[in-house]
Amino acid sequence: MQTKRMTFTGSWLPYALLAPQVIITLIFFIWPSFQALRQSVYRQGDAFGIRPDTFVWFDNFRAIFADPLYLNSLKVTAVFAVGTTLLSMSVALLLAVMVNRMIHSRDSYTTFLVWPYAIAPAIAGVLWWFIFNPSIGIMPYMLDMVGYDWNHRRDSNDAMIMVIIASAWRQISYNFLFFLAGLQSIPHSLIEAAAIDGAGRMKRFWTIVFPLLSPITFFLMVINIVYAMFDTFGVIHATTEGGPAQATNILVYKVYRDGFVNLNFGSSAAQSVVLMAIVIVLTVIQFRYIERRVNY
Amino acid sequence: MVENNRWGNFFAHVVLILGVAIIVFPVYVAIIASTHPPGTFVRGVMPLWPGTHAWENYTTAITEGRSRAGTPPIGGMMWNSFVMAMAITIGKLSISILSAFAIVYFRFPFRIFFFWIIFLTLMLPVEVRIVPTFQVVADFGMLNSFAGLSIPLIASATATFLFRQFFMTVPEELMEAARVDGAGPMKFFKDILLPLSITNIAALFVIMFIYGWNQYLWPLLITTDPDYYTIVMGIQRMVTGGDSEPLWHLVMATVVLAALPPVLVILFMQRLFVKGLTETEK
Repeated sequence: MQTKRMTFTGSWLPYALLAPQVIITLIFFIWPSFQALRQSVYRQGDAFGIRPDTFVWFDNFRAIFADPLYLNSLKVTAVFAVGTTLLSMSVALLLAVMVNRMIHSRDSYTTFLVWPYAIAPAIAGVLWWFIFNPSIGIMPYMLDMVGYDWNHRRDSNDAMIMVIIASAWRQISYNFLFFLAGLQSIPHSLIEAAAIDGAGRMKRFWTIVFPLLSPITFFLMVINIVYAMFDTFGVIHATTEGGPAQATNILVYKVYRDGFVNLNFGSSAAQSVVLMAIVIVLTVIQFRYIERRVNY
Repeated sequence: MVENNRWGNFFAHVVLILGVAIIVFPVYVAIIASTHPPGTFVRGVMPLWPGTHAWENYTTAITEGRSRAGTPPIGGMMWNSFVMAMAITIGKLSISILSAFAIVYFRFPFRIFFFWIIFLTLMLPVEVRIVPTFQVVADFGMLNSFAGLSIPLIASATATFLFRQFFMTVPEELMEAARVDGAGPMKFFKDILLPLSITNIAALFVIMFIYGWNQYLWPLLITTDPDYYTIVMGIQRMVTGGDSEPLWHLVMATVVLAALPPVLVILFMQRLFVKGLTETEK
């Protein structure tokens, strides 16, 4: 790894400079992760120390993968992550393409579109929960007029749609900014050349613009999946609490419930380890992609 | 030249105005709801035009909250959020810039090893190791304290990477000149590197402040004392604390107050925000 050609000398100074960050990382990141790994292969003893923790190999993992509730949670998480990613990315791309056509009003539209990023996922959840409230919400009222009886407290699909909309809404800003930056970096000469050759707007978009955006699209896909899997805890916890009938019980929420409410540490730790594996895979994909783009 | 058709532009404006309307709608509804008396939400459909109770609702929310349901007044929670957000932001910035300085400007044994330890934080978000992290913080006696709310969150690989990236672009000559003039590493850091990094620091400040203010899971885990509740997690207590329907007028006043500081930060520092966002995450 690179440093400057010429470096300072100092035997203890660099360690002192690194110390705060490394110590915090070791205590609050590495050590707990190690504990999670350890707990995932033990069965918790009782609180009085009469029966100590026992080493059970991979029993905890076998147990969670045999548990229909966990398998359901995996499925729910997949649907939720794909739904949130698709919805927020497609809306963001549409808006970015439209804003990119504007000359004078580009900045004002951008201002109106970026601020939801500032709103915490939990608050986004509460906002849409209010709008979809079955008794006084405006959306159920309008859906009722077209004959649909909305109730996210009873209907699993309604609940899933609601948390997807709430999670995607906040993420549109983020995707929009990246798509807009991507669109602005496409050389105008390419578009003009295609126009001279007689390609219409739609054809130009699908054959030139969209392929050139593909690196950014891929990057955003990874980021959005990570967001949907891990940062949306607040959306679920503040609104549906995993219900109705486990329909919105995403993995992160389940780890929290099993660990803190049901106090099932072995299972919760095994689930944590599975999540860690998922994050590590996603991070590696993301970084490999960045390296490739830089070395283009 | 690409054709410039009037109808296409008109269509684009229509799509954008619709888009903006959908984006703004939830917050509009919240602001409207926070201006109505409680009776409005008993039946019928939620109001779409402003009411007359804005002043009462906001003063009740800020000074009383829902004290009976165990939620402290919003004023105190906002203060807690602010302290937590600032502590996280300043903590992250200071430890990251120092470690980036060490990694770029020094050569020493185990440099790569330390770099990897910092890199690992990216792969281990709090969400995947909830219970053991809680246990560590509890063992240190840091539950219900500002130290517990902020310190475990201030290790940041992204900020360190950004500073490292930026330091690599600083011309070598600056450091050579400083050395010729007899400046030590810390003097060089303070008088040359820090002033050069101001824009980067400001951009990261915006991103980190929003990150800190919007923390939810962490305060939820380690605060049981209402004196340390933050506003974003406090809202959850307001909507679920109690058997009846939430008191929507107070909930929505709280939502507006909770969203206001980070939204203002983005609106007033949009350029820095965009810079921070696009540079930290790539």
